[in-house]
Amino acid sequence: MKLYWKYILILFRSQMQYRASFWLLTLGQCLTPLSVFAGLYFLFERFGQISGWSFAEVALCFAVIHMAFAISECFGRGFDLFSSLVVSGDFDRVLVRPRGTILQVLGSKFEFTRAGRLLQSLLVLVFAISRLSVEWTLLKGLTLFLTIGCGVFIFTGIFMLVATLCFWTIQGLEVANILTDGGREMAQYPLSIYHKWVARFFTFVIPFGCINYLPLMYILDKTEGNGILYMLAPVAGIVFILPCLLVWNIGVRHYRSTGS
Amino acid sequence: MRMYWSVFKLRLYNGMQYRSAALAGVVTQFFWGFITIMVFEAFYSQALSQPPMSLPELTSYIWLKQAFLVLVMLWIRDNELSELITSGNIAYELCRPSGLYNFWYAKLLAQRLSGALLRCSPILIVSFFLPYPYRLTLPSGSIAFLLFILSLLLGLLLVTAISMLIYISVFATLSPSGSFLMFAVLGEFLSGMIVPIPLLPEWLQNIIYTLPFHFTADFPFRIYSGHIPAHEAMTGIVMQVVWLGVLLALGKWLMSRALRNVVVQGG
Repeated sequence: MKLYWKYILILFRSQMQYRASFWLLTLGQCLTPLSVFAGLYFLFERFGQISGWSFAEVALCFAVIHMAFAISECFGRGFDLFSSLVVSGDFDRVLVRPRGTILQVLGSKFEFTRAGRLLQSLLVLVFAISRLSVEWTLLKGLTLFLTIGCGVFIFTGIFMLVATLCFWTIQGLEVANILTDGGREMAQYPLSIYHKWVARFFTFVIPFGCINYLPLMYILDKTEGNGILYMLAPVAGIVFILPCLLVWNIGVRHYRSTGS
Repeated sequence: MRMYWSVFKLRLYNGMQYRSAALAGVVTQFFWGFITIMVFEAFYSQALSQPPMSLPELTSYIWLKQAFLVLVMLWIRDNELSELITSGNIAYELCRPSGLYNFWYAKLLAQRLSGALLRCSPILIVSFFLPYPYRLTLPSGSIAFLLFILSLLLGLLLVTAISMLIYISVFATLSPSGSFLMFAVLGEFLSGMIVPIPLLPEWLQNIIYTLPFHFTADFPFRIYSGHIPAHEAMTGIVMQVVWLGVLLALGKWLMSRALRNVVVQGG
């Protein structure tokens, strides 16, 4: 863990060398989801609601997902850009060092500019909370934190899965964007608005439902009966990372250097 | 003219080589299209008042957008061009016995066209056979179809002219990411790529209709579904031609000014 902080500190210093470009990119990262959010706002202005969800409720969902995505893109950038590590053969160097591969890949990149995206989703979150007429309790606050935390785990897990594919394909795959960017776009609305099969797939195979739909039901008092189950749903997100770690380890064992 | 034509052809063949990338793109577009349509379906299912665009019209809008994304997207960037400017290799380009503006314009045009040719047909064919409400409907008439093709091509010329302006701005800023981001975020919104323009509030529509961006994507797609009737489409197409002329002239003027000031550091 100490090593990881050291990695981050070094990367932070190196990125701060290009200060103007750094701030510009941070600002840009902030603007991109803003236009999507503006689109969302205008749609709600016209339609009023979506399958019984109001604007503030969807905004909460949007904020949670985008926040989780921003944080995991910050930390998991190394996995996101992993294909370049394999293509150039630099992964060999990682293998000979006496530390775990996951730690080193995580520490190889850290995107501080994603803080812009994080800031934007934080603003949306504050906005959503101020507009919602929900009685906040300690448990609900806890659930919100848990939800965001587990979202980070899920997105990082997906980044790892995609990175693992590179062991076999060598190239980075554009299709993988369906799971990361596509998953984000999709999960910014509550899953219940989609068809059953889509909602099922993204609850039981890739547990987006556990971080956007189920806990939100609890926070927004939409549950019937026992709330505990809904509250603990995000934990499934943490479980999701276990098979990802497993697949990663299998992948590492299959790794053949490109030899350049 | 023959020279630009051959540059165009060369880039076209070059772009056609990336078939697996195109296939991956197609799959992604499909997923994206489905998600968007499902979201709108949910919005429409409980709409209180009649929305200004019917669901089939919207569906064809979305599928056409997905199919011709490469054609009409503003943020496709050619790193090669901006690197030429920032690295100083533009000196080579200036040695060529051809106008730089036309040369780059042909390059960018071919890049878009090759990407779209590979991607559009699978998306269009499959989406014709999908069940309701996901099916892409046939165009509202043969005249509408012809007008659609015409306006789409004009839109392509227009969007390339706009993207030329972005490259020219790199001459001043020397950092491509900033200007690209601003143009891309604004342009994407104003051309109806995030939310179809008829669904936006009145006041915003009025602003958008005075700008050229909506002619690149929103306008042809709505002609296809018959949301814009033929006689209105005619005036729109005239407007497209006018905008195209203005932007081309502006681009050429700015380019010649930028080139006069360009200082190439030796090396």
